[in-house]
Amino acid sequence: MQTANETITQTISEARRQIEVCNACRYCEGFCSVFPAINRQRSFLDGDITQLANLCHNCRGCYYACQYTEPHEFALNLPKALAEVRQDSWQEHAYPSSVARAFHKSGVAIGLATALAFGLLFWLIKFVATKGGGAGFYTVLSHNMMFAIFAPAFLLPIFSLAISLRNYWQHIGGGPIHFNDIKAAFGSAAKMKNLAGGHGEGCNFEDEDRFSNSRRWYHQLVMYGFLMCFAATCTATVLHYGFGMPAPYGLFSLPKLLGLAGGVILSFGTLGMLVLKLKADFKLSDERVRGGDTGFVLLLFFVSTSGLVLYGFGNSLYLSELLAIHLGAVLSFFLLTPYSKMAHGFYRLVALIRDAQIQRIKSRP
Amino acid sequence: MKPVLQTTPNMDVVVIGGGNAALCAAITSAEAGARVLILETAPKTYRGGNSRHTRNFRCMHEGPLSVLTDTYGEEEYFQDLVKVTGGKTSETLARLAIRSSQSCLPWMQQHGVHFQPSLSGTLSLARTNAFFLGGGKALVNAYYRTAIALGVAVIYEANVTHLELDGDVVTAIDYDHNGKSSRISAKSVIVASGGFQADTEWLARAWGPAAKNFLIRGTPYNRGVVLNDLLQQGVQSVGDPTQCHAVAIDGRAPKFDGGIVTRLDCVPFSIVVNRNGDRFYDEGEDVWPKRYAIWGRLVAAQPDQIAYAVIDQKSIDLFMPSVFPPVVADTLEDLAVKLGLEPAILRQIVDQFNTACGDTGAFHPTELDGVSTTGITPAKSNWARPISDPPYYGYSLKPGVTFTYLGLKVDETARCSTDQGPIKNLWAAGETMAGSILGQGYLAGFGMTIGTVFGRIAGSEAASHANS
Repeated sequence: MQTANETITQTISEARRQIEVCNACRYCEGFCSVFPAINRQRSFLDGDITQLANLCHNCRGCYYACQYTEPHEFALNLPKALAEVRQDSWQEHAYPSSVARAFHKSGVAIGLATALAFGLLFWLIKFVATKGGGAGFYTVLSHNMMFAIFAPAFLLPIFSLAISLRNYWQHIGGGPIHFNDIKAAFGSAAKMKNLAGGHGEGCNFEDEDRFSNSRRWYHQLVMYGFLMCFAATCTATVLHYGFGMPAPYGLFSLPKLLGLAGGVILSFGTLGMLVLKLKADFKLSDERVRGGDTGFVLLLFFVSTSGLVLYGFGNSLYLSELLAIHLGAVLSFFLLTPYSKMAHGFYRLVALIRDAQIQRIKSRP
Repeated sequence: MKPVLQTTPNMDVVVIGGGNAALCAAITSAEAGARVLILETAPKTYRGGNSRHTRNFRCMHEGPLSVLTDTYGEEEYFQDLVKVTGGKTSETLARLAIRSSQSCLPWMQQHGVHFQPSLSGTLSLARTNAFFLGGGKALVNAYYRTAIALGVAVIYEANVTHLELDGDVVTAIDYDHNGKSSRISAKSVIVASGGFQADTEWLARAWGPAAKNFLIRGTPYNRGVVLNDLLQQGVQSVGDPTQCHAVAIDGRAPKFDGGIVTRLDCVPFSIVVNRNGDRFYDEGEDVWPKRYAIWGRLVAAQPDQIAYAVIDQKSIDLFMPSVFPPVVADTLEDLAVKLGLEPAILRQIVDQFNTACGDTGAFHPTELDGVSTTGITPAKSNWARPISDPPYYGYSLKPGVTFTYLGLKVDETARCSTDQGPIKNLWAAGETMAGSILGQGYLAGFGMTIGTVFGRIAGSEAASHANS
């Protein structure tokens, strides 16, 4: 049986072998940020390979354009090689990494964790919750109880991610960050520039070498939908503590507008991503985490859709069941963030910051 | 096998080959309303012939055009061609290709090709050559998508074995596919199936037995079967049947299909010795883009068709990284052993060379710096610095064949002919007729220009013949 470290060494050396072929070819320079980053170097340390892997958005343009894919003896499959290194880096840098290994690989584990979270919420609502302490959802689960569950469920993953990203930054040899590095990284992520294919026609995902922006747009729906939902929670927190205005809020309040719109967008986005995932060729991704990846997108879809159902049927007899299901999904999602595909967004952002930083340093006179 | 006459409806235009020229022809014919069939001998993963390995096309432009800056006029372009071919070109056809190239760029974009500014390390081509985003395979993919959307039928792994030429008409096309032989007929036939360089037996007959040691940089599917078949039937040829274009590439490259990554740009900073340890040519005669082609022939003339470039630590970062890591050693003697050379001889040659080096203060890696040797033969006229700082690096060099010059002679309408006159329904495009224009040498990106221009002409002519 191979140890995790042996596997990581293997995936990194395979990626290095392929990257060295790419560096002698350079035809793909225009597709994304990965190739210009490769071309800036002659030799690649482990940290360099990890950084390149996290810069790769798996658009697959390079695979379909490659003269050296199998059956050619060079057997290049860079999207897959980088996906594996990327995946290993998320698991290795996660804190604690054993939890990440379990959830990244297994959709079943994600499902079980979510079911446990449902159970916990049901139990709390039925046996522990102090009722009558407010209006709306608070009639089912008091604000204090919600706070007691979700404050740690929010802060612990942030704490864990912060440790991971710090380790990652050290591993890739990152230096002091300038504001412009962050600006460039957020600019790239906001437009999902690395899924545009260099010419704006998108990536090669769901139909071999056909360029399409579907994945880019669906991913944008997921990202912006999620951010809107998150903003809804933040504005509600501000209203609650800053203005003494506890939930429930009317339809034309910031939390409701952001939450509803974000929920719809997130549901569409995750559904779209799932459909594309089913059409895409799995051989160009890390097949070890097929289950965990799919499980994660399903969970995100479930979070948003259950939220919408809760809004639609919150006045029915099933309020407590619906609330338990939605909050259980949210709880599971939060807790799994550092240990599931959700972590990729943070690593990607850090990789983009690092890339901007290297470019800034290299362009210095 | 006896070909079976197919009962399926016959095509308007059959295109033999599946690279750039074939696709440009097929798309143009299909857009003119013809029913088109492509017979590509490679499987789908290797479709596209040598176009898979290309990366740009040379384009005339009278002002900034897409990714191309400044201007590159007809006369300058033509003179560049005359320089490399030593005048071995058909001026009429060459000027036709050059003039038409300008309208090709927007046409290519309309049919799915994306361009990008010149790649890193290729600044010298930024004004003259438009680079394909993703390289030639991306271009080929885009053209197949476009062609298929236009209703063009494609059969992969279809080996055309024979065109039946009856007087001035091609009456039938025989091909093998899935172990079955078929015979079809077409109103028009376009041959765009490249040269014969992948047939090493043919290459050895033409060049001599040394050709067996040559590496083939491109597709293993350009075996010249259709070319040979047509020449046997008296179709007019052009180009020196014994010659091929060969460059010096990494000796460890695969026999076929190594493509761009096997190039080795270290020669100007090295000394190059043959198997016996002797230097045989001025390594610093000119900048590498202007010299790599003659080194193919130089190495081909050495014993066992192999040579060794030796550099030291000072030069390792001065050229594009190559796909195979260099052989490294801390002493010249160890390096010689690892390369299979006689240690004492390599030491002696390097010492002689080092003594012949003069002041290296003016050394400049990207310009002719005049840093030269004195008193040795052959001299090294630029970039001559002593090989003295360990570690030492060695690369083996072998001739890598890019294409062959022998082809089908065509007129301005891309039409083939016999001694009796034009063949009514046979056209040729791409490498298989490029010998008409490139009699010797090569001009970067001109192969794709010839393919695109004559592919479009052939496609248009073939369609109007089929429609009439």
